[in-house]
Amino acid sequence: MNELMNYAALPEIILAIGAMVLLMQGAFASDNQETGAATGWMAIGVLLVAGLAMMLQPPATQTLFDGAFVVDRYTRFMKMLVIAGSAGALLLAFDSFARQQIMKFEYPVLVLLATTGMFMMISANDLIALYIGLELQSLALYVVAAFRRDNLRSSEAGLKYFVLGALSSGMLLYGASLIYGFAGSTSFPVIAAAAKASNVGVVIGLVFVLVGLAFKVSAVPFHMWTPDVYEGAPTPVTAFFAAAPKVAAMALLVRFVMVAFPTISAQWQQIIVFVAIASMLLGSFAAIGQTNIKRLMAYSSIGHVGFALVGLAANSEEGVQGVLIYMAIYLVMTLGTFACILAMRRKDETVEEISELSGLAQTNLPMAFALAMLMFSLAGIPPLAGFWGKFYVIAAAVKANMTTLAVIAVLASVVAAFYYIRIVLVMFVEEPKEKFLAVEGKVAVVMALATIFVLGFIVYPGPLVEAAAAAAKSLRL
Amino acid sequence: MPHILSIVTFLPLLGAAAILVARLLNKGGQDAAAPAARWIALATTLVVLAVSVLLVAQFDPSNPAYQFVENHAWFAGASYHLGVDGVSILFVLLTAFLLPICIVASWKSIETRVVEYMIAFLILETLVIGVFTSLDLFLFYIFFEGTLVPMYLIIGIWGGANRIYAAYKFFLYTLLGSVLMLLAMLWMAHTTGTTSIPELKQYAFDASVQPILWLAFFASFAVKMPMWPVHTWLPDAHVQAPTAGSVILAGILLKLGGYGFILFNIPMFPLASQMFTPLVLTLSVIAVVYTSLVAFRQTDIKKLIAYSSVAHMGYVTMGIFTFTQQGVDGAIFQMLSHGLVSAALFLCVGVVYDRLHTREIAAYGGIAENMPIYAAIFMVFTMANVGLPGTSGFVGEFLTLLGAFRANTWVAFLATFGVILSAAYALYLYRRVVFGVLEKPSLKALKDMNAREIAVLAPLVILTILFGFYPAPILDVTATSVKKLVTNYEAAVRKAEIERQGSEAARIAGAALDTWEAAR
Repeated sequence: MNELMNYAALPEIILAIGAMVLLMQGAFASDNQETGAATGWMAIGVLLVAGLAMMLQPPATQTLFDGAFVVDRYTRFMKMLVIAGSAGALLLAFDSFARQQIMKFEYPVLVLLATTGMFMMISANDLIALYIGLELQSLALYVVAAFRRDNLRSSEAGLKYFVLGALSSGMLLYGASLIYGFAGSTSFPVIAAAAKASNVGVVIGLVFVLVGLAFKVSAVPFHMWTPDVYEGAPTPVTAFFAAAPKVAAMALLVRFVMVAFPTISAQWQQIIVFVAIASMLLGSFAAIGQTNIKRLMAYSSIGHVGFALVGLAANSEEGVQGVLIYMAIYLVMTLGTFACILAMRRKDETVEEISELSGLAQTNLPMAFALAMLMFSLAGIPPLAGFWGKFYVIAAAVKANMTTLAVIAVLASVVAAFYYIRIVLVMFVEEPKEKFLAVEGKVAVVMALATIFVLGFIVYPGPLVEAAAAAAKSLRL
Repeated sequence: MPHILSIVTFLPLLGAAAILVARLLNKGGQDAAAPAARWIALATTLVVLAVSVLLVAQFDPSNPAYQFVENHAWFAGASYHLGVDGVSILFVLLTAFLLPICIVASWKSIETRVVEYMIAFLILETLVIGVFTSLDLFLFYIFFEGTLVPMYLIIGIWGGANRIYAAYKFFLYTLLGSVLMLLAMLWMAHTTGTTSIPELKQYAFDASVQPILWLAFFASFAVKMPMWPVHTWLPDAHVQAPTAGSVILAGILLKLGGYGFILFNIPMFPLASQMFTPLVLTLSVIAVVYTSLVAFRQTDIKKLIAYSSVAHMGYVTMGIFTFTQQGVDGAIFQMLSHGLVSAALFLCVGVVYDRLHTREIAAYGGIAENMPIYAAIFMVFTMANVGLPGTSGFVGEFLTLLGAFRANTWVAFLATFGVILSAAYALYLYRRVVFGVLEKPSLKALKDMNAREIAVLAPLVILTILFGFYPAPILDVTATSVKKLVTNYEAAVRKAEIERQGSEAARIAGAALDTWEAAR
């Protein structure tokens, strides 16, 4: 029993079996909304059990399957974030889906399968494990993007995501085969030993794999799918997309370059620097003209990924710590913001235009306050949490003597601040429109928790910062 | 009292929480909680004032070190490090003094969303006092940058017609300035391994990096100050802000820039300060002369006073960058005096604006007839703004000009024109508003100031005249700290000079030796 409890892949097994059981349960239960809701709660339960099982395991580094699968403090940290993201997004889905009569049991099952894939991505220490995890996650995501299948925009989002995702998977696979061919192994540590800057095949393979991963984290220039998918997918699905998969893909990207290619860091660093700068600038400028808040959040997420990549570009332990802290804070802010977006509804009709928020402070002050704090936090204004995310990655860049990158980063954050604070003014200054319906309980809980987090981070930052430091250290061992 | 600085810093936050509780307990909705919010805010700010008076009473002005220090490790390499010296303690007192005035001034003029308004002001007070008390780089930055949020909301929500534009401009301008400062701070923390401001003042930064760091801090403080040519956000923000918002903006937030120069630029980067002195002095003189001329042409009372503020801040930067005891003393005095005088002028504008709801100078004229008390009080502050001897405005301008004269005669010569020009625009404003014939029917019905308005302005009148005749209390407190600042600056510059001469001498000796070798 004890042996099983300590088995490194136990959380993945729990998730996979949980998903299968829920699938069976759903297939044989009556096909109605109640089944869907019950499955949703059970899926959250499975996620929590998996998280608990992971926390009870010893934190030491372990590998399985000939080193293809690794668990350490780094994977624990990222997996906890993924659990928080998946569970939070599921929680947001109940009421919205029930209203649209699409609370089917498949959704929680697909989220669980996607989460299993993300867990495998995070633990991947081998090109094959990387690909399997990535595809398991992606296939589930393609389906949930088109989950409102009678809706044109949702179907379009799913299709678009699938076509572009398949393309990026193809590139990634091509890159992986090049790396295997020239390095002679699929295992990250062995690749690390073989990779040299003179080994052109490996470098080209690295570039192709980075393209595939950049697509998954929606970094410029592989971001095109993001605004359309964010806008088209049902809002709870968008919340899910914006949170957990980004974290998982970022975790994979960090491990891939830091563990498999530490010897040719100069090669991948310049790519990451370019991608980071392009993402930050595009995220800042392209969001200015948006009127739909979900599209705006899409561009905002592109910009935030750019910021997180600044930490990775530094190629240091502090940089990785910065990425981890950034992703954790980003995850919470995103879930909180999407909770606010879900609360924008009048008489069974949901609205997504920023102008619909006008005068919210006079009709629903708590929600306006929450969204304002989240916006200031996304803009990176101290003392809110979002500032500290930027603080850590930029500090890492400064330590690594990448001053130009740091200057561009802070200037991009000033541009980005404009569209975040615009939303605040819309809510607080303009004349009120018709009241939104009362915020539903579960949405309100997510919103409140996120707001408390961004406000309270500065008071009690210790656990997150220390956990991220330990996680970053374990990656470099 | 232990932790007195923490108390004075975070007490307003407690008041804000109390207002929130009062609002939540009050079932009558938004407006029903307004009286409670006003009284709680007033009580809190008065307690803060009392505590800060206590703080000043316990302060030992003869000790140049930081006092009432609190230091606890925090995270991100930073620490919770508070302390005050002879310069910062006066700004704490100024802030604590102006806040109750702001609250009382908004008593009647703010009628919408009073609860949020009072909370915003109390949070702002915590942040501003935090800027003046923090002795840690990142703590300073958090407070400094944090002030943007409440001020942005104050301008945006309770401001005038064009408030949205003004709010954006205020926010983005200042944010742009300060992010560069953040980068410099990160670099400094990384290079020196400490974030403590007193330790950083001891650290001799290499002469080659000083200019870059200096410029990064300058970008932030010059915008905040504001110095010409990055002053353009100020007139917009002032005009659109509600009266109390203008008071706090002119009275306190502008002082963050000058305080920043004294805290960071000069002690930490003396060589760069010396190098950039011509730049700063030029910009200061332009600010003094040019913005005075611009002020002369304004048709909006608040805009006129806003430009006059820019001009007066020109004296402050000029005084600081003379690196003389008089100049720096004068600059600090000028900041404090301007904190009182410009605050009072904006309150005076508020008095008539509340009655007539226009700030156009042309709409006024001859109100001395039916508002004699107002005319008298406005006169005092107009004179103080001009820098008439006997008012606090004189002492600051005189000392900075004295310092400038010792440093650079031309600068003093040109800046003195500012005194004349300020007399021109201030008296011209006064004549058009207060004197003349009371013709306009809308003005005839105006009532003179009521007791509340007099109570708001009376302490300012007393202090303006008191410090005009007897500036010693302020100068005594600052003297030791300023002396230390100036001495350290001179020592650093002299050391660099000796090193330069030393290497020069070595070079000449080496060259001579070579010639001798060759000749042999």
